[in-house]
Amino acid sequence: MNLTLNIWRQKNNTDKGGFREYKVTDVSKDMSFLEMLDVLNEQLAEKGEDPVHFDHDCREGICGMCSLYINGKPHGPLQTTTCQLHMRSFNDGETITIEPWRAKAFPVMKDLVVDRSAFDRIIQAGGYVSVNTGGVPDANEIPIPKRVADEAFDAATCIGCGACVAACKNASAMLFTSAKISQLALLPQGQVERKERAEKMVAQMDAEGFGACTNTGACEAECPKGISISNIARMNREYFSAVVSSENV
Amino acid sequence: MILDSKIPEGPLAEKWSKHKFNVKLVNPANKRKYDVIVVGTGLAGASAAASLAELGYNVKAFCFQDSPRRAHSIAAQGGINAAKNYQNDGDSVFRLFYDTIKGGDYRAREANVYRLAEVSVNIIDQCVAQGVPFAREYGGLLANRSFGGAQVSRTFYARGQTGQQLLLGAYSALSRQVANGKVKLYPRTEMMDVVIVDGKARGIVTRNLITGAIESHSAHAVLLCTGGYGNVFFLSTNAMGSNVTAAWRAHKKGALMANPCFTQIHPTCIPVSGDHQSKLTLMSESLRNDGRVWVPATAEMAEKLRKGQITANEIKEEDRDYFLERKYPSFGNLVPRDVASRNAKYVCDEGRGVNETGEAVFLDFRDAIIRDSEDVIRAKYGNLFDMYQQITGENPYKVPMKIYPAVHYTMGGLWVDYNLMTNVPGLYALGEANFSDHGANRLGASALMQGLADGYFVIPYTIGDYLAQTPYTKIPTDHPEFQKAEAEVKARIQKLLDIPGEKTVDYFHKKLGKIMWDYCGMARTEEGLKKAKAMIKELKAEFWRNVNVLGGNEELNHSLEKAHRVADFLELGELMVDDALNRNESCGGHFREEYQTPEGEALRDDENYAYVAAWQYVGEGQEEVLHKEPLLFENVKLTQRSYK
Repeated sequence: MNLTLNIWRQKNNTDKGGFREYKVTDVSKDMSFLEMLDVLNEQLAEKGEDPVHFDHDCREGICGMCSLYINGKPHGPLQTTTCQLHMRSFNDGETITIEPWRAKAFPVMKDLVVDRSAFDRIIQAGGYVSVNTGGVPDANEIPIPKRVADEAFDAATCIGCGACVAACKNASAMLFTSAKISQLALLPQGQVERKERAEKMVAQMDAEGFGACTNTGACEAECPKGISISNIARMNREYFSAVVSSENV
Repeated sequence: MILDSKIPEGPLAEKWSKHKFNVKLVNPANKRKYDVIVVGTGLAGASAAASLAELGYNVKAFCFQDSPRRAHSIAAQGGINAAKNYQNDGDSVFRLFYDTIKGGDYRAREANVYRLAEVSVNIIDQCVAQGVPFAREYGGLLANRSFGGAQVSRTFYARGQTGQQLLLGAYSALSRQVANGKVKLYPRTEMMDVVIVDGKARGIVTRNLITGAIESHSAHAVLLCTGGYGNVFFLSTNAMGSNVTAAWRAHKKGALMANPCFTQIHPTCIPVSGDHQSKLTLMSESLRNDGRVWVPATAEMAEKLRKGQITANEIKEEDRDYFLERKYPSFGNLVPRDVASRNAKYVCDEGRGVNETGEAVFLDFRDAIIRDSEDVIRAKYGNLFDMYQQITGENPYKVPMKIYPAVHYTMGGLWVDYNLMTNVPGLYALGEANFSDHGANRLGASALMQGLADGYFVIPYTIGDYLAQTPYTKIPTDHPEFQKAEAEVKARIQKLLDIPGEKTVDYFHKKLGKIMWDYCGMARTEEGLKKAKAMIKELKAEFWRNVNVLGGNEELNHSLEKAHRVADFLELGELMVDDALNRNESCGGHFREEYQTPEGEALRDDENYAYVAAWQYVGEGQEEVLHKEPLLFENVKLTQRSYK
């Protein structure tokens, strides 16, 4: 396959940035999308040009490090991570446009690399059960109905990639935040701090500059792990019931 | 140099309890006077950083990824072992200990492994309390499965993403301590060197991967939780960024590297599809419970298959060679990882490989689907089958999967004593970065167990013993040793950037990987290893002469990051070869073709090689010096593994 790539290049956080066109030839259908970019970078490097920087690590679809807005969709045409996208999803001669995640709370650091530390700060605001190491009960002393455990698990599979934010016209982080709130609200271990957690995490999400939810469902449609938008409904419920009965002063 | 493993006296089962009582304690009010650096935020690093911060120490945690949640522990699929005996099937701490020692082919320390089995039960309690959603039965209690050929069901799991859920648990504990102000996080920061003052580890020098700034961090102790070095092979199941740099820099500052040639090759990975391949993807070992491994009986038939003249499903039963079932009738497709891997290599070497590259064997679910129905197989392995189809474009419900072994884990690593301290005082190594618990071969579902055991339940006790004997005095980062280390790091960066070379960094990494795979991979010979040593030396010289590192230091520069890592891999590769050459026996993942039983199994030499090979760096271009720590077995009888 021969392809034309239209790639966002930006030197650093303060540079204005813009698109540049590249040609890649002899692309195999079995390559992953990132391997196709590796080939481009190897070609650029041989010519002494600065390679295109993009985030990636595990290349198995689980670490959440890879991103890329491909032809107007986060992680490209399939509902998967970019590292699991293969070139057989594209046609010979196609032009592919590649951009970074676009959101105020995810500033671009270079080319296609963005800063997602806002997600870490949302978790730091309350995405945990406050137990220290040691001194916990035996694991089987906390029985949890399988149905509840499975539902919590579904929420817990979030990989924190940020595709939900990139897909949302409001750059809302509600799918991400709600996945963690849901997981811990469903489980008995999360009950003690349930209200405080919902309040604090939502407050942090707002402070980071993420937008609000207008229920378009774009986040769920693009989430590579299929996190359900019903988590947002649960988060709203958790949040409102927390604020009306708040113990925080 | 005398290697003191500091194994406590007394009966095996009492060593850890006694040791915990005997170690010195740091008064709660004094803990805040000590600073601890933790490099790496995987299972070992995140759990250690969180637990030490909870105790009151001031922790700085570093990772090269953009968030601590992305460390490669996240990719572990199968599960985590623990001697809970919830299934009432005869498991016990001693049985888990025994299985681990035996599985490691008797090349690990009894005391360390026993402690690992002992604390395994606490790990599950801890993770559940954090909200880790392990698989459960309908009654609400935890589910277990048998894994990797174990005779008991002791593996706890969270679908096929146990590593993810455990890491997110540790990450949440870490995040809580960041919020409490007890941990300061440094993401996108790479450790470039360890700083040693008066013979003790007192800090590190780092590079900020966004700005290129070289910075010094001072502390009373340094913990390296930086994972394994499988990427020395270029292609492995490790993440792209996984590297040996932190451990290697520590090695060059005096820390011994133990058993570096012990690497694990996992039998069930998706085969290489072409030169563009950047990494390999593991398919969970659990697939071997239902899949049957085979190749065509003859090389001619395999040739036809490769040319596309026939398809797998057209090959008749009598023309198929189910080679694992044939050679190992009692274990069949469930033989341990090293045995399964080596046999796949043998049949491919005979020209019976089944894909275009000739390096793949079939893993066939046809019979299981006929027996149990497609729905049953889908319920068990649906996500794995989907993943396989996504990567290869083939439907494994209709045609057999193709698999081939790939580098997966490194049992070798920095030498540590019972306290997890290297021979450099104040410098610790945890998790895959150390050599301690898996001997020559790691059992399935034991890596997660070890990472969390080290971080949650070992280091919080053992570090106190050291710190209690260390004055509170902080060393300022303008101390001459810090200045010297910073200057060295800067000089090395400049040296790399100044090489007027023509080849890319990946060119060298791929070449090194090929040498390692061909000569220091699944099967090794004296002749091949000697050849490899010469080739690596030559490649290393060419690297420093002809690599082209693009860009500058003061920017996000992947080319420079990789160049550092590959330079260290080149040196490590040579040591791995030396270690493999020295060990004139076969054990676990280290298979020397000269040393095998008449049946072709690994032949240990317990009389001469029941020791840990710990290597000391003595200077640029000089052969490393070997130190031996004898392994004493007082509680288990050494036997020949047999899976016939």
